Amino acid sequence: MGPPVEPEDDAAGGGAVVASTALYRDPASSPMSDLDSLNTLEAEILGSIGAASDEAALEAVRVAALGKKGSVSEKMKTLGGMDPEQRRTVGPALNALRDRVAAAIAEKKAAIADAALEARLASEKLDVSLPVRESPLETGRIHPVSQVTDELVAIFSAMGFSVAEGPDIETDDLNFTKLNFPVGHPAREMHDTFFLPEKENGERLLLRTHTSPVQIRTMQSQEPPIRVICPGRTYRFDMDQTHTPMFHQVEGLVIDRDAHLGHLKWVLEEFLKTFFEVPSVELRFRPSFFPFTEPSMEVDVRCRKLPNEIRIGEGDDWLEILGCGMVHPNVLRNCGLDPDVWQGFAWGIGIDRIAMLKYGMPDLRDLFGADARWLAHYGFRPLDFPTLAGGLSS
Amino acid sequence: MKFSLSWLKEHLGGDADLKTVTDTLTRVGLEVEHVEDKAGDLSAFIVGHILEASRHPNADKLQVCMVDVGKGAPLQVVCGAPNARPGLKVVFAAPGTVIPATGQKLGASEIRGVASGGMLCSSRELGLGDEHDGIMELPENAPVGRPFAPMVGLDDPVIEIAVTPNRPDCLGVHGVARDLAAAEIGELRDPAIKPVVGAFPCPKAVRFDFGDAEPLSPFFALRLVRGVRNGQAPEWLRRRLKAIGQKPINALVDVTNYMTFDRNRPLHVFDAAKVKGDLMVRRGRAGESFLALDGKTYAVDETMCVIADDNGVQSLAGVIGGAATGCDESTTDVLIESALWDPLNIARTGRTLNVNSDARYRFERGVDPAFTVPGLELATQLVLEICGGEPSEIVSAGAVPERNLIIDFPVSEVRRLTGLDLAPAEIKATLGLLGFWVTGHGDRLKVAVPSWRPDVEGKADLVEEVVRIIGLDRVAATPLPATASVSGARLSLIQRRARNARRTLAARGLVEAVTWSFVSKAQAEAFGGGKAELALANPISADLSDMRPSLLPALIAAAQRNADRGVGDVALFEVGQTFLGDRPEDQRMSAAGVRRGTAKARGAGRHWGEATLPVDAFDAKGDALAALAALGVSPASVQVAQGAAPSWFHPGRSAALQLGPKVILGAFGELHPRALQALGASGPLVGFELTLDAAPQPKAKPTRAKPPFEGSALQPVSRDFAFLADRDVPAAELIRAAQAADRKLVTRVDLFDRYEGPGVPEGKVSLALAVTLQPREKTLTDAEIEAIAERIVAQVAKATGATLRG
Repeated sequence: MGPPVEPEDDAAGGGAVVASTALYRDPASSPMSDLDSLNTLEAEILGSIGAASDEAALEAVRVAALGKKGSVSEKMKTLGGMDPEQRRTVGPALNALRDRVAAAIAEKKAAIADAALEARLASEKLDVSLPVRESPLETGRIHPVSQVTDELVAIFSAMGFSVAEGPDIETDDLNFTKLNFPVGHPAREMHDTFFLPEKENGERLLLRTHTSPVQIRTMQSQEPPIRVICPGRTYRFDMDQTHTPMFHQVEGLVIDRDAHLGHLKWVLEEFLKTFFEVPSVELRFRPSFFPFTEPSMEVDVRCRKLPNEIRIGEGDDWLEILGCGMVHPNVLRNCGLDPDVWQGFAWGIGIDRIAMLKYGMPDLRDLFGADARWLAHYGFRPLDFPTLAGGLSS
Repeated sequence: MKFSLSWLKEHLGGDADLKTVTDTLTRVGLEVEHVEDKAGDLSAFIVGHILEASRHPNADKLQVCMVDVGKGAPLQVVCGAPNARPGLKVVFAAPGTVIPATGQKLGASEIRGVASGGMLCSSRELGLGDEHDGIMELPENAPVGRPFAPMVGLDDPVIEIAVTPNRPDCLGVHGVARDLAAAEIGELRDPAIKPVVGAFPCPKAVRFDFGDAEPLSPFFALRLVRGVRNGQAPEWLRRRLKAIGQKPINALVDVTNYMTFDRNRPLHVFDAAKVKGDLMVRRGRAGESFLALDGKTYAVDETMCVIADDNGVQSLAGVIGGAATGCDESTTDVLIESALWDPLNIARTGRTLNVNSDARYRFERGVDPAFTVPGLELATQLVLEICGGEPSEIVSAGAVPERNLIIDFPVSEVRRLTGLDLAPAEIKATLGLLGFWVTGHGDRLKVAVPSWRPDVEGKADLVEEVVRIIGLDRVAATPLPATASVSGARLSLIQRRARNARRTLAARGLVEAVTWSFVSKAQAEAFGGGKAELALANPISADLSDMRPSLLPALIAAAQRNADRGVGDVALFEVGQTFLGDRPEDQRMSAAGVRRGTAKARGAGRHWGEATLPVDAFDAKGDALAALAALGVSPASVQVAQGAAPSWFHPGRSAALQLGPKVILGAFGELHPRALQALGASGPLVGFELTLDAAPQPKAKPTRAKPPFEGSALQPVSRDFAFLADRDVPAAELIRAAQAADRKLVTRVDLFDRYEGPGVPEGKVSLALAVTLQPREKTLTDAEIEAIAERIVAQVAKATGATLRG
């Protein structure tokens, strides 16, 4: 049913637009003619509702019909003067008419509101093809060296390694002597060293040529067992297509009572296959020489050399990838460890190099050029945080 | 270190082929760097026999040859060489063969109307020499149709290996052969060297003259061979030297070179006729100089060891000989020197004078001291064999030092260090083949180290010897046992800070750069550095000379480089070390960023939806505070000290970021125009720099649980206030004062408008604050709200002098 007739004042006053006065002039007409006149009235009112084009017009129709002095209300007032039989016929008919009118008004009102909303929405169109600002998460970048370092940390922390660090400016003692480079030995010449000015006491500091002094610092400051990786900047006097005066290395060190070469092999295999995200890697260990390890080895990894890429873990080629060995007894002694009790292994690998290998960056020098276009191309998005659970880079 | 396969085979018996040799070399640690196998490369070039040669009908200088190539009918080949003639054996290339000199594939062709079914080659076309006047002429007995290379001695591949500094014994072919024999691909040919009986006493004496100081030569031996005929060395010797890139000179000199590469025994020969008086081994003297065999004159000093005669310095001991006493074709009496030198002294002398000779290289790595005299005997034999003559007895000074190192070696050491179980017999056999003397039974062995292995000092070295020879591939990969504990951070605080700062700054749209740790002196000085102790003694270039005091100069320069490439709106950051001094504690971890042009945090460049604004100090402030928040420093706790930023910032548009007066976290702001100018950069350019180490250590927390959440059911109330303040009053003080009005109820103060201009008195600024009040226990009445509002106004007025705008 429609809403009840509102008892409000008739705002439209006597200016009713559709009220027919014919009915009121003939109160004595027959019930049949009463009903006919109601039908006529209803048709008139419904016609006015249909014709109302906005909310104001519709309100005027409502007042003229259902307002205090509206045509339907006036009709209601005549019921009192009717004989009971006439009232029984006309009363319900009039009530039903009032309800139908009210319902028609409500429906029309909703239709007008709908039409108004549609009209508004139709006028409110945006050109949604207009570009929005790129998210800073889309423009910001993490440098490949940082990303790969985070990958290394993810891999080795899962194997129980902590991350150790040391200063870039080192002493000759920690960079060379403690690592079993004899003074004047040609092995020192393999490292083209940057030196700081000689001090009054004759001491000459240098920029570390490898991250190995961190091994010494760790063994001197920490009780074994030890498992650390030492990523960081290293420096050598060299500049050409494949060398830069500054580069990044990560070194690993394990000291325990029984950590042997077999463990070293396993750690390197696990590391390389996890890092390169391949199901398996095949490694070739070649005897080599580093003053601070004995036995010393260089490690080649099976690969396929393609014109613009080297694929690790497949193919018929070998690529030299890292150096490693059992920590030299002299190095253990230099750190106050008894080489008959403690033993262990160490390895070192170029972070820049494996980053270039994994992500196909052709030129080392570009890594330090700070070219925004290069960084946008090879860099990583801020939230691409490497995790083992996520498969490092996927 | 280079040698040819046949040279190696002189020391290594057996029939190991090239591949076995090269694979084994790499496997035992003598990494093969290169193999030059001319015979293999040239196997398609075969011996042809010119049967007929006639004038080309259409060209005067061409001939048409009929060539027998060993199969089928003779082929017609057009040839331009004047020496092409019937009967000549020649090098023939069939169509389809790649010519080494040009890299081109030879096609079947027609030359001036005559078909030519191949090519007769000159040595230049084969990449074998410069001879191009004619085609190569092969010996008459060359077998037709077979590869030609063996006929001219090219069937001897040349192997180049990398010898690590610990293996001087492998700087001679004999030592290489010993390693290969130990790996059981052949047996070492090591016949005893018989002493040469001297026919007369050596007429020249040798004296050490080092005064009371340690001699720079432990031992020096000398012998005269008189009546030699010096000339071209025999073909086998010349070929070997040429194969490894040595130029044959004359027989006497070639013998010394041969001994250098064959036995790692550098020698020197003097023309005895040119030596005046006896030889004296002594330190150089200031002012002395001599003309060396390389044609250069070297000034010597008292740090160097020289060999002198009555005329002065004749040789720089162990490094390079002198021209004045050198041997040439006229030499008839030759003095052969075999000596030991102090390796460190040789290295220093060589470095000082920048002489890189094969002798220096070997003496500084270590020659076999016990081979000093045998080496002299062997050289004498070669001289007698090649040049004839009559040898003297040997004279010497000093004594050959003896090491006599015997290592106690439990065989279990192999398993301990490698995890590999080897039978003691295998260990003993391997060491024996390498020249070690092994005695003892069961687990405990005594191992005597041979004189040519200065690198072997102890048990670990012996383990290496064993595993490198028996094969590292026999060591099985063994899972590393899990550590006892997996709890606790693997990263230190500063490492976590660095990675948090990185990700946070990148998330604000900055791009991470990695720049050199060194900058130019001017840059260092302009950014608070330039200390003498941080200037490299040997920088790689003048613009990379000093350890950086700040990350900013390199970032600013990089931003400008990008701008010069057309990327002017660039936002870069770096997290890395900076240096206050040369001590470890002077190295700090810094984070810095720069924004240039319109590279604001919300996006760079022009955009249809908003006005295009240049970067300003607030962009840098936002970056800095975000990074600090990532370090655990609440931005609300940071004091922004206007005017306290370092001098490379704009004095009015920058600030230091501090926690109290002592803890300086960093600074941000617009860069000073002079700093930009010094770097050749142009703005707008803003930046910040933080010292990650400066942020306070977080307090140790007994629990990870957060304090309980207090979500009030009561509606917060917001009231706006417009204050009129002096323009010099920092807005932050108004905010702080409003907050202080009621620390419990005032939960938030936002400064939402700042205005100066018409309607606001000169020197004043209108600042509008929205203050949020959070009722705690009951809804606030209008009167209560009014009372708090009055307190806020009073508090702000008291703290800043600002008044409510009328």
